[in-house]
Amino acid sequence: MSVRILDAGDAALTIEFGSVIDPALLAAVNALDAAILRLQSAGDLPGVIETMPTFRSLTVFFDPLATDRDTVLGVLQPLIAAAEHGSPADGRHWRLPVCYEGEAAPDLAEVAGTIGIGEDEVVALHSGTEYLVYMLGFLPGFPFMGDLPERLRLPRRAQPRVRVPAGSVAIATGLTAIYPWESPGGWHLLGRCPVPLFDARRASPSLLAAGDRVRFVPVSTAECRAIEAAACTADFDPMQWLDSAPTPAENAA
Amino acid sequence: MSTQTELEIVTPGAFASIQDEGRRGFRRIGVPWAGALDRRLMRIANALAGRPEDAPVIECFDGGLHVVAHGGAVKLAVAGDAVVEVDGPEGRRQLAPWRSVTIAAGEALRIRKMGSGRIAMVAVAGLEVAPVMGSASTYVRAGLGGADGSGRALAAGMRLALAEADAWGSDRVLTQPPEPDPRPIRLVPGPQADHFSAAALEALVGGDYRVTAEADRMGVRLEGAKLEHSGAADIVSDATVPGSIQVPGAGQPIVLLADAQTAGGYPKIATVIGADLGRLAALRPGQTLRFATVTAAEGAQLARAEEAETRALITAIRPLPADGIDLLALYTGNLVDGVVHALDTEFRPLY
Repeated sequence: MSVRILDAGDAALTIEFGSVIDPALLAAVNALDAAILRLQSAGDLPGVIETMPTFRSLTVFFDPLATDRDTVLGVLQPLIAAAEHGSPADGRHWRLPVCYEGEAAPDLAEVAGTIGIGEDEVVALHSGTEYLVYMLGFLPGFPFMGDLPERLRLPRRAQPRVRVPAGSVAIATGLTAIYPWESPGGWHLLGRCPVPLFDARRASPSLLAAGDRVRFVPVSTAECRAIEAAACTADFDPMQWLDSAPTPAENAA
Repeated sequence: MSTQTELEIVTPGAFASIQDEGRRGFRRIGVPWAGALDRRLMRIANALAGRPEDAPVIECFDGGLHVVAHGGAVKLAVAGDAVVEVDGPEGRRQLAPWRSVTIAAGEALRIRKMGSGRIAMVAVAGLEVAPVMGSASTYVRAGLGGADGSGRALAAGMRLALAEADAWGSDRVLTQPPEPDPRPIRLVPGPQADHFSAAALEALVGGDYRVTAEADRMGVRLEGAKLEHSGAADIVSDATVPGSIQVPGAGQPIVLLADAQTAGGYPKIATVIGADLGRLAALRPGQTLRFATVTAAEGAQLARAEEAETRALITAIRPLPADGIDLLALYTGNLVDGVVHALDTEFRPLY
């Protein structure tokens, strides 16, 4: 692993572990992030504001009036060396419902046609894999997850959509994601997840965290709508989608 | 029983939103800081209105903000090179910016237009905004913060409830406001300068770049010499910071600001230093700018110098003379702006 320290202006440093998407790089990123958070909560990193972990790098934001680049780097150097041998984060496991039908899946037929397999096979491939949450970004709560099965890997759409509906489950290159907000987007839309991924009222506003693992469970249009309706009520508990909890289908059975 | 004092937004102008220092600690879940684009203006406006420097303010873009007091007097302060008017029973009078003013119930304050720059900050005594994720700052994209916590920008008809403000004291003024600063915008090369040809960084600091119409709280898209990538124009996404200069395939730079996405897949040739971000955000579409290179350490020195200047400005704020004669308004209003406004049918100065 060849680590590079990159300046991101006068108030941030990026520690880059590599330039590709690779779970081994993510393990190093998450190990360094965890070590910094521990120091921060112990009050041993004055002037450090926050960190931003990504696929392959960690950016450390600091207040140049309260500390300086070399002081921050001095504290980080031993942590960086240790993080290179970091093991993958022990994230939570989720089973999130996805409706792969009708209006919820505007690009399913086209994706199946491009690959040359049936729509059912696309759904089986997409929902038959456990994905790693590499990072959150682009939009609040937007999870970049991977890796897709080889057969589902397609370039982004030639014409990005101006409006991708909130809840859209999408794929592009080796990754899959859920749009927590309506936004423009160039990924292929395979389905819809009715569970809100972001809620500012929660202590942890983002449902998912880097290092978590996600499996998608196909649900019908009717089930999807029922979950959406329940999600608007006060006693909705998104933790029911943790892997240890039974799914609504299992509850009903 | 006293009636509730409120400030009504008659019109927000081009764009106005409530901002404070911004939301820290959530970039890891994709939430940008948001917050005031020009912190110095926010701090001066608040100091003029007798509020904590980081209290929520109204950030007003391109002028046009028009507010009316209801139920009681309201103390307001405007920081920025704005043309300000107060509209009361005795008619309309121009008011210098960089001061506070107390308007009676029924009176209005308007930012007619900007003298230079795009941003004016309006501090309002008694404005209390419940924080969302630690900040009152409006972040429209994800519906966070703002007057009612829903992330909406200020809109015509909104009424901001003001807390009972006791003993406001006299109005205050900054008699020597900061001059427009024509120096180049300073940047630190990297983090991905090595994704560009050797000539690209020279080109970036070697000539004028023009601000395009795509300039808002998320970022400023520039137009100028093309910046050649040395390889692919895509990278595996990594973190952006306020000031990141992204360069997509077409080779034209985009400087990211307070509301920008927290991660991006375009290489970032350089990063604008924090001390110069407010100046950059205030440039109008069509204006040109030049960049100059500094090291990260020099950028940090400039941050300290900027802080010292801001402190000196705030320390220089004085109570307005008790006789009520606003000499500053007479000077700047009549002598400087009057010529321009004589042509403006809507403008009817009192003196």
